[in-house]
Amino acid sequence: MNDPFIMARSVNVFYGDKQALFDVDLDIEEKRVTALIGPSGCGKSTFLRAINRMNDLIPICRFAGSLKISGHEIYDPDVDVVALRAQVGMVFQKPNPFPKSIFENVAYGLKIHKMTSSKTELADRVEWSLKSAGLWDEIADRLDEPGNSLSGGQQQRLCIARTIAVEPKVILMDEPCSALDPIATAVVEDLIDGLRKDFTIVIVTHSMQQAARISQRTAFFHLGNLVEVGDTKTVFTNPQEERTQNYITGRIG
Amino acid sequence: MTDFIDKAGFGLKARHRAEKRFQWTGRLAILISLAFLAWMVVTIMIGASGAVRLVQIAVPVDLSVENVDPDDIAGAGYGAIIKQGLRAQFPEVSKRAEKKRLYNLVSPEGSFELERQVLSDPTLLGGTPLVWVTASDDLSLYVRGKINTDLPEDQRQISDQEIAWVDQIQDQGRIRNVANWGFLTNGDSREPEIAGILAAFVGSALSLSVCFLLSFPVGIAAATYLEEFAPANRVSDVIEVNINNLAAVPSIVFGLLGLSIFLGYFGLPRSSPLVGGMVLSLMTLPTIIIASRASLKSVPPSIKEAALAIGATPVQAVFHHVFPVALPGMMTGAIVGMARALGDTAPLLMIGMVAFIVDVPRSILEPATALPVQIFLWADSPERAFSEKTSAAIIVLLVFLVAMNMVAILLRRKLEQRF
Ligand SMILES: Nc1ncnc2c1ncn2[C@@H]1O[C@H](COP(=O)(O)OP(=O)(O)OP(=O)(O)O)[C@@H](O)[C@H]1O
Ligand SMILES: [Mg+2]
Repeated sequence: MNDPFIMARSVNVFYGDKQALFDVDLDIEEKRVTALIGPSGCGKSTFLRAINRMNDLIPICRFAGSLKISGHEIYDPDVDVVALRAQVGMVFQKPNPFPKSIFENVAYGLKIHKMTSSKTELADRVEWSLKSAGLWDEIADRLDEPGNSLSGGQQQRLCIARTIAVEPKVILMDEPCSALDPIATAVVEDLIDGLRKDFTIVIVTHSMQQAARISQRTAFFHLGNLVEVGDTKTVFTNPQEERTQNYITGRIG
Repeated sequence: MTDFIDKAGFGLKARHRAEKRFQWTGRLAILISLAFLAWMVVTIMIGASGAVRLVQIAVPVDLSVENVDPDDIAGAGYGAIIKQGLRAQFPEVSKRAEKKRLYNLVSPEGSFELERQVLSDPTLLGGTPLVWVTASDDLSLYVRGKINTDLPEDQRQISDQEIAWVDQIQDQGRIRNVANWGFLTNGDSREPEIAGILAAFVGSALSLSVCFLLSFPVGIAAATYLEEFAPANRVSDVIEVNINNLAAVPSIVFGLLGLSIFLGYFGLPRSSPLVGGMVLSLMTLPTIIIASRASLKSVPPSIKEAALAIGATPVQAVFHHVFPVALPGMMTGAIVGMARALGDTAPLLMIGMVAFIVDVPRSILEPATALPVQIFLWADSPERAFSEKTSAAIIVLLVFLVAMNMVAILLRRKLEQRF
């Protein structure tokens, strides 16, 4: 059998003396949506940020174990994190567009990675990205306006457009809908479902319904441990572990 | 049921009173500062009113061929011609000492003014025209009523005899007030009536340009490195503490440092705006670094994270996204520092920018003085007419300051409009 696209083995993460993840072994399959669920503080974000090494930005954070993407050990000393992050994009909980125009927001990644060779190509890529993020129809005539002038849901889709513009292999999303109203959430959920064709998506969510709606696989974390992982349907209808059962029925967390 | 919006509840009355009290205290504080400001401005304006006017006196000058050779206009003795003209008006004056006092009614600059007028208008030659020249400072003070004539004669700058002369000349309509543009276009002088601010103004402008060019790039580079890239360890803590200490060091200490290093060790030209600017930049650097760091710190970290997460290098993330947002704040810090530098005298005294400079400096290597130093020099002068200049020079300094702030605000507006 082939190796899974992302393969975590014995992942331990420490913040100073405090251990946030304990021996996590997790496989994430290509071109599927994997949801990470669990009560607050259980280490979902920590695991997610380990995948694109955003944890490196926290001086006290230390990683031990093995994390391979497409067979490459990403914590090898010779791995360039800049190249890694170009391949593993991230969408944050709070929409954080750059304080620049809508166009510049999407074009920025393309520019720094020199992915286009002409102005028209750049404009085409930006248009494609905004269309893929389902934002184009709403803002086609306001590309020069600041990204911050959009609504929260539009800003989050702008952030998604910005991420997919550079065509990463993996998109990490940390509670991308927690700042959005139900309608905007539904729009983003549709979008995520559509992106599954082209990208491997890992999403952290607090909403069990959301996990059930958009993910194919679900991993349940508790107190820094990976308790259970499996097909979303199985995890929600027939969990193997009692702690999972308690969490999805609302008894812990 | 009690009234839902019962005023007595929650101690509301006392709380509202406290609020009112605070508001009025604030308003009072603002009012007091405004009053002081108005007082200051009015005093300065009144003080400067003398310096913006120039008293001129008309002297009949004999420009016949005996006095001025038409083929050698510049070679004539114009000082003697003016003296001759004055004597002609008061033929009864014969004693040496009296003659000298009579000649003193006209500023020593008068002979040059006459020469310039003749050179620019040769048709004057041959006749005996009335020519307006600058009056002496004592005469000016008297004409403007600044001399108390009730005092005994030996206690005032102008004698009874001189007063008689001046009154007579004035009756003939041969004394007038004109706008003193020379104040803005001349350098300093031993004669208050022709002393101007231009040399000091240019000296200040050159020093501040040097100061800005040195301290702004260095300051924001240091701040950006310390804030965004430097590892958080003992070394950076020590550096941080020391920068904060440096910002509090009295400026005269930087003057001493400049004296021993820039002048003593490197042998740079004394009294030059180059050294002045370097010393001032030592002083402004800590201010700029501290303000720039605060400005960088206020940029939400999520912006930097977003850039890093799509594969920007840390330098790209900082310079493309954090830096532009922080720049207006950095400029504000720079302007605060520059404003301090503009008004500071002590370090400039240490490096010799206190010299008597008549010529407007044409480069940053020529000896120069600066506006606050010039103000200090004039204010310190025993001559009444010089202290009048002080107020006018302060106005020039304030206008300089306001102009600098305006430029900064305009630049900020321009930068901020890009979201
Ligand atoms: N920067 C940090 N410094 C120190 N400890 C941290 C830091 N970030 C997270 N932690 C700790 O690591 C543990 C896991 O945090 P993490 O953010 O991964 O939880 P989470 O599952 O994402 O929670 P939530 O659902 O509330 O976002 C928590 O106990 C938290 O206190
Ligand atoms: Mg989290």
